[in-house]
Amino acid sequence: MGAPRLATGPSRNKLRSETVNRTFYWMVIPALLLFLVLHTVPALTGIFYSFTNYAGYGEWDFVGLANYANLFRDDRILASYGFTFLFAVTSTIVVNVGALFIALLLNAKIKFQTAFRGIFFIPNVLSVLIVGYVFNYLLSNNLPLIGQALGLEWLSSSILTNPDLAWLGIVGVTAWQSIAFSVIIYLAGLQTVPAELYEAASLDGASPWRQFTAITFPMISAFFTINMVLALKGLLQAFDQIVALTGGGPGTSTESVAMVIYRGGFQGGEYGYQMANSVVYLIVIVVLSLLQLRTLQRKEADFS
Amino acid sequence: MTLQKLAEPAESDKAGSAPLPGPSGKRRISSFNIPVTILVAVLSLTVLIPLYFTVVTALKSPDQLGGTGFELPTSIHPENFSKAWELTNFPHALLVSGIVTACAVVLTIITNSMVAYAIARNMNRPFFKALYYFFIAALFVPFPIIMLPVTKETAMLGLDNPVGLFLLYTVYGLSFNIFVYTAFIKSIPPELEEAAIMDGASHWTTFWKVIFPLLTPMNATVGILTCLWAWNDFLLPLVILSDPATRTLPLVQYVFQSQFNTDYSTAFASYLMAMAPLLLVYLFAQRWVISGVMRGSIK
Repeated sequence: MGAPRLATGPSRNKLRSETVNRTFYWMVIPALLLFLVLHTVPALTGIFYSFTNYAGYGEWDFVGLANYANLFRDDRILASYGFTFLFAVTSTIVVNVGALFIALLLNAKIKFQTAFRGIFFIPNVLSVLIVGYVFNYLLSNNLPLIGQALGLEWLSSSILTNPDLAWLGIVGVTAWQSIAFSVIIYLAGLQTVPAELYEAASLDGASPWRQFTAITFPMISAFFTINMVLALKGLLQAFDQIVALTGGGPGTSTESVAMVIYRGGFQGGEYGYQMANSVVYLIVIVVLSLLQLRTLQRKEADFS
Repeated sequence: MTLQKLAEPAESDKAGSAPLPGPSGKRRISSFNIPVTILVAVLSLTVLIPLYFTVVTALKSPDQLGGTGFELPTSIHPENFSKAWELTNFPHALLVSGIVTACAVVLTIITNSMVAYAIARNMNRPFFKALYYFFIAALFVPFPIIMLPVTKETAMLGLDNPVGLFLLYTVYGLSFNIFVYTAFIKSIPPELEEAAIMDGASHWTTFWKVIFPLLTPMNATVGILTCLWAWNDFLLPLVILSDPATRTLPLVQYVFQSQFNTDYSTAFASYLMAMAPLLLVYLFAQRWVISGVMRGSIK
């Protein structure tokens, strides 16, 4: 504290900025090394093995692009991409529409606001896998009872064992859980909208729907972008809930890409092949995320 | 005008005391939107009913499980819990999950904030700027894509255990956390640190004594998100952990599926025990958790 101040000048500043540098480097280099070892190196070795016929053990040979060519002729792989896109896009829409709706309700002048907000966040505190097991039981045993009572044939047996409907069950459970987090982000966004805007709008006689399209949505469009990108990226990796609900079945009708990589890579002796699958999938995810960011941000610009 | 201004704070100060006459007091009470409140209450049942179902199923004996499944148990069966407790070796899995989560949270907060600080304060230097974009780019690489080589590598390095697990959470969290921290650190005026440095403190001490305490709100946000992730994660423990004695709680539920078989009462008791610790913490710290998550989304 009471240390005498030395003469300040350019030379002292220069000296300081050099020592600054060294401490700052010490702060990042250990983390960077760990990141390289545990993230970058695996990614690179994975890409390397995607050009081999490595089974995960034993000897291997280079096979060039054969793995990549085979991917596009493999029905199981193509089906898993089809299912994953269908599931991820549908869930992203359901989650965002549902979450925005609930957030708007929670942001209104309601009683017990904090308590309700707390309730809607509960699913996010629970394990996706365990939630999947609970709903597996509900969808297999209780939902058919409702279907029978209503006389709906398609709902009278478990939708999880129906190859055409199982994916909807997964979408439903995913939505139940993922809406929780999106609601909170939308609520954070809604709180940034100044109340005066609504006062002015209601004086002008704008309907609630008009207020939503003209004020609320444009004001929270950045939060909409974040939620859409995060949801799609997360849902494209779906694994836990599918393990718990259908195990990829019936047959392989609900196998996600992550699941095919896991099964083929760890149990099927397809290490090299599944790494080629992973590389293709990485490219797909990056392209999709960037496209999504660009279109949504252009929309944002249109609004403002 | 002046009267109204005077009346308003007085009213809020005396909340709960004798009701004040006047139209403004009345309007405040009726200003709650009752139809929307009812709608929200009905919608919240979609969250509460599955939870209620889990609890009653865990309390029933197997022969009570018929019917709609939503009836209250006719008799309570706590032996479901003791059965699940022994079958899954619950205390052991709880200990592993607890240690992994606690270590992941502490290590993440300490290291990730430090890395973000160094990057945020040196964004004008090419090395740190490149580092920033390198970590952010990694956000686009989901774990399933690297899981095969990571599993091989952790086994090779002797990290196929809980230590490796919390290390991976700490390292994989970097991308997102740096993003969150740097935005916040940029809002802290550098004059604070400069003053400390002028007084002879090293950059190291300055970070821990001056900056780190200022990061408390962000540390809470990052800590909450890391805790939820590490506690509930399934895929990473599934592929990384090699010793059955080191299974985490979600992993135990997966492994014991075949043993629960059709004994759903025991299975649900086990699910409930696995969810309960974090759920209880959440019930008590609800406001704090939600404001922490909200803070992370506003830049």
